[in-house]
Amino acid sequence: MMQIPCPWCGPREQQEFRCGGEAHIVRPADPAALDDAGWADYVFMRRNPRGIHRDMWNHVHGCRRWFYLARDTVTDQILAVYKVGEPPPEVDADAPGTAEPGR
Amino acid sequence: MSAGAQSFRLPAGGRIDRSSPVGFTFDGRAYRGYAGDTLASALLANGVHRVGRSFKYHRQRGILTAGAEEPNALVQVGLDRARTDPNRRATQVELYEGLEAQSQNRFPSLAFDLSGLTDRVSPLLPAGFYYKTFKWPAALWMTYERAIRHAAGQGRAPGRPDPDRYEHVHAHCDILVAGAGPAGLAAALVAARSGARVIVADEQAEFGGSLLSEPDGRQVGNRPATIWLADILAELSTMPEVRLLPRTTVFGYYDHNFLGLVERVTDHLAPADRPGSLPRQRLWKVRARRVLLATGAVERPLVFPDNDRPGILLAGSARSYLHRYAVAVGRRVAVLTNNDSAYRTAIDLADAGVEVPAIVDIRVDPTGPLVDRARRLGLTVMAGHTVTAVAGKGRVAGIAVERLSPDGRTLAPGVHSRVDCDGLCVSGGWTPLVSLFSQSRGRLAFDGAQAAYVPGTSVQAEHSAGACRGTQGLGACIADGHAAGMAAVDQLGLTVRRPADPAVDDPEEGPARRLWSLPGKGSSGRRKAFVDYQSDVMDKDLKLALREGYRAIEHVKRYTTAGMGVDQGKIGNMNVLGIVAEATGAPIPEVGVTTFRPPYSGVAMGTLAGRAPGRFLAPVRTTPMHDWHAANGAVFENVGQWKRPWYYRRGGETMREAVNREVAAARASLGMLDATTLGKIDVRGPDAAEFLNRVYTNAWSKLGVGRCRYGLMLGEDGMIKDDGVTTRLAEDHFHMTTTTGGAAAVLAWLEFWLQTEWPDLKVFLTSVTEQWAVISLCGPSSRQLLWEISDGIDLSAEAFPHMAMREGRVADIPARVFRISFTGELSYEVNVPAAYGAAAWEAIWTRGRAFDVTPYGTEAMHVLRAEKGFIIVGQETDGTVTPGDLGMDWIVSKQKPDFIGRRSLFRADTVREDRKQLVGLLTESPVEVLEEGAQIIEEEVPPAPPVAMVGHVTSAYHSPNLGRSIALALVKGGRAREGQKLYVSMPDRTIPVTITSPVFYDPEGARQNG
Repeated sequence: MMQIPCPWCGPREQQEFRCGGEAHIVRPADPAALDDAGWADYVFMRRNPRGIHRDMWNHVHGCRRWFYLARDTVTDQILAVYKVGEPPPEVDADAPGTAEPGR
Repeated sequence: MSAGAQSFRLPAGGRIDRSSPVGFTFDGRAYRGYAGDTLASALLANGVHRVGRSFKYHRQRGILTAGAEEPNALVQVGLDRARTDPNRRATQVELYEGLEAQSQNRFPSLAFDLSGLTDRVSPLLPAGFYYKTFKWPAALWMTYERAIRHAAGQGRAPGRPDPDRYEHVHAHCDILVAGAGPAGLAAALVAARSGARVIVADEQAEFGGSLLSEPDGRQVGNRPATIWLADILAELSTMPEVRLLPRTTVFGYYDHNFLGLVERVTDHLAPADRPGSLPRQRLWKVRARRVLLATGAVERPLVFPDNDRPGILLAGSARSYLHRYAVAVGRRVAVLTNNDSAYRTAIDLADAGVEVPAIVDIRVDPTGPLVDRARRLGLTVMAGHTVTAVAGKGRVAGIAVERLSPDGRTLAPGVHSRVDCDGLCVSGGWTPLVSLFSQSRGRLAFDGAQAAYVPGTSVQAEHSAGACRGTQGLGACIADGHAAGMAAVDQLGLTVRRPADPAVDDPEEGPARRLWSLPGKGSSGRRKAFVDYQSDVMDKDLKLALREGYRAIEHVKRYTTAGMGVDQGKIGNMNVLGIVAEATGAPIPEVGVTTFRPPYSGVAMGTLAGRAPGRFLAPVRTTPMHDWHAANGAVFENVGQWKRPWYYRRGGETMREAVNREVAAARASLGMLDATTLGKIDVRGPDAAEFLNRVYTNAWSKLGVGRCRYGLMLGEDGMIKDDGVTTRLAEDHFHMTTTTGGAAAVLAWLEFWLQTEWPDLKVFLTSVTEQWAVISLCGPSSRQLLWEISDGIDLSAEAFPHMAMREGRVADIPARVFRISFTGELSYEVNVPAAYGAAAWEAIWTRGRAFDVTPYGTEAMHVLRAEKGFIIVGQETDGTVTPGDLGMDWIVSKQKPDFIGRRSLFRADTVREDRKQLVGLLTESPVEVLEEGAQIIEEEVPPAPPVAMVGHVTSAYHSPNLGRSIALALVKGGRAREGQKLYVSMPDRTIPVTITSPVFYDPEGARQNG
């Protein structure tokens, strides 16, 4: 079970959160202008990388805020956490990340 | 051989308490041991080696080890049906007065086992035998499986509810030390002196690990080893930030340094002595900043014919029994080894007065200090030899020893010598316990010199120290512990002075010889050389798997079941890898290694459940009116976490009779329903109406204050997600309702859109589900009743039309009254503050008697709404249904340019004519109620499979108002098929049905709008 550093509440157990899948998928401004394939790409298609992935998480049993984190899908190390509206920070897969919890 | 009273106990020594004799029984026979014994050491003290039958061939098996890796001595502890505990390792069961233990896996008795016949027919039972033989026909598999399981038998589950208490503890620490042997304690001391918060856990009752199995004369630095140990423990126990957890197994290493520990708090006490104030076991959930693994190593056996006979033990374990428990594992004990470490056992046994007739060493020319010492003691070293046969089935009586050919793959010509003995100590080298490291997802590295996997690259914040990373020798392990402790402390940003590494006399050990499968005599069919004792896997089974084409080690493992017993192959896995490597000609690292998974050793279900079984398993939500329902015959159903009255039983009514009565009353005069569980969300802010425009399919801007509107929410895929009625309380204020089950998910979903996609919208959402109690009044008399008990509300049809809300007082309680209907009747939903829910219900019940008011439950509600063809999200929909499929295009705005899911309604797939559409179904027989979920086909007599399914039944009830059964269904192109005949497919027949409109009752809606 991961320990997730909620940007509002601090480090909490994973079971307080719900994962919302891939982050930074922007809703098309004019859906009607898209063809079926373009719309399907927005609705259905998600990345499943080996390595860095940016997730959306909701602190459902806490502050109920949605936020983003960059996570290594191989090690589950959390490399960055940021609020909605903040610019996504650059992350380096080789950085030590949050290997050590509670900091 | 005498099996008399502790006749194998040495006259002195050991860490047992000879002043506290302990009586116990094994298989009904009484024995005595001492406090400080394990069940295994006490049995061995009494000359009892044979403790079980093997899993598949039912061969007699004896105690092999002295620890958690024990594969054979699995016993049932306690005969009390509620507390009996299966699969306990006798090597870990601490002895207490009155302990009752039974061998497992024997029928009818240990000495005479009927299934032991399988041993004699074992050439017919190769690896994969069960898969190959019993797989077909599939229908009989269940029968086979029962018989096989009976034959296999792995102990008995308790027959009554567990009376014991289990606790869960959450803890955080700077450094968790797993294992309190020399390395773990050295590391713990460094960590503790730095001021860090430290937890030290060890699965044994006593800290010290391998030090507890050292002889009396052993020195660490200038002190006896026992004093060195006592000094460290004394220092640690005075430090306030250090928590010492004996009898505690670190069983799981999960993400982000989260570890699971199980502490056996009272298992070692006689049941009568277990304090009621203490739980039986504690589950510790520890989050550690750094983890220090000092889990030690286990010895591995050699693979030779009949290597599983009782009386054969691992050499290091025999040494543990000798020094820690003062027990000799035999009177005349031979040794078979491929390395120097077993010489310690031979020397120590000889020193203790046990005859050691031979050290059989498969190495051609063993040399080194330990070998020399054995020779100086006059022990016979048979170099370049191996054991080719073992005499004695229930207990070793002798061994046949023969010379190996130079390459060790065959025997050299010559005569064999027989060595009489009643015990045989075996060593095939040591395997570092890397289970926890591997669970932490660290990558293993292969150490060729030791032929073992050791920790390679760490992934988590962890360090390994001592024998678990291949360090050999007591002194080296202590130094390694110091180093690891320093590294962990440094990582935490703390400082501490490194203690001096004590000088320890560790004789140098020469190299081992790796022969993974030792040769024997006679046909290979008769040879039984075991690799995995617990799963009864032999070396030839592995070779068979390879011949049959299995290459990947994970496949070989699954096919042969090697490593799949409850010991997870702790002692057998390395031999498996060696044999596979040898047979395929590949180096061991290329064979790969199987994955270690939690738990390291078994954890009781009760421990994992903690305080949460029974009524604490899941939260239960009840409404303020719950007690009234319970007192008035309600039978409850679970809706999510809620308890809702399903129906109210009067007298000796059946459910059908009760529901019929409730349904009829709701249309004839007056019904009342507790609708409190409906999800309720308060939507407020200047952009509230715009927000609703985006999340619902219909338009909300023009909804007047005090007016209600039904809404459908879609996902972006265009599929129906939830529905409910939302009411405008003020220009910037709405009261939204959701389905009972969907309330939390809808709130999270709405928050998601507000927070991530539209943070510019000024809207606040608040769950008010539990703030309002809701009483739904239904039926022609509802207006009359409200007129009698309400104040400040004009109830006339003109002033208070359908789909409107008025505020006032009901039964003198401030209330919001919504005129909305889920039944097609004149209906009002009275919302009062939750604290007044019971009072409002009581008042309406009392005053309603004049109108024959009838409380009704969810089943009647379902019938009433189905009569009107009203859908239930989750019943008529399943995540693949669009508004159009339900004939609800009327609620999808044509004007709004966008809302969530709109674009998907124009995808090629959602505009297909032959999508499943909502229809009504009528059976020919009015009493036949269809089965919900049943499939619908076109043919009366189904053709040969595959049969095309054209739809399925979503709802089916008996309708008392129509005097017949009704059903709703989703049928391909259904709306165009009205009047057609289709068939509902049942296992034994088909039921003809006619497709109708889904609205069965009052299609004009005169009743609700009146």
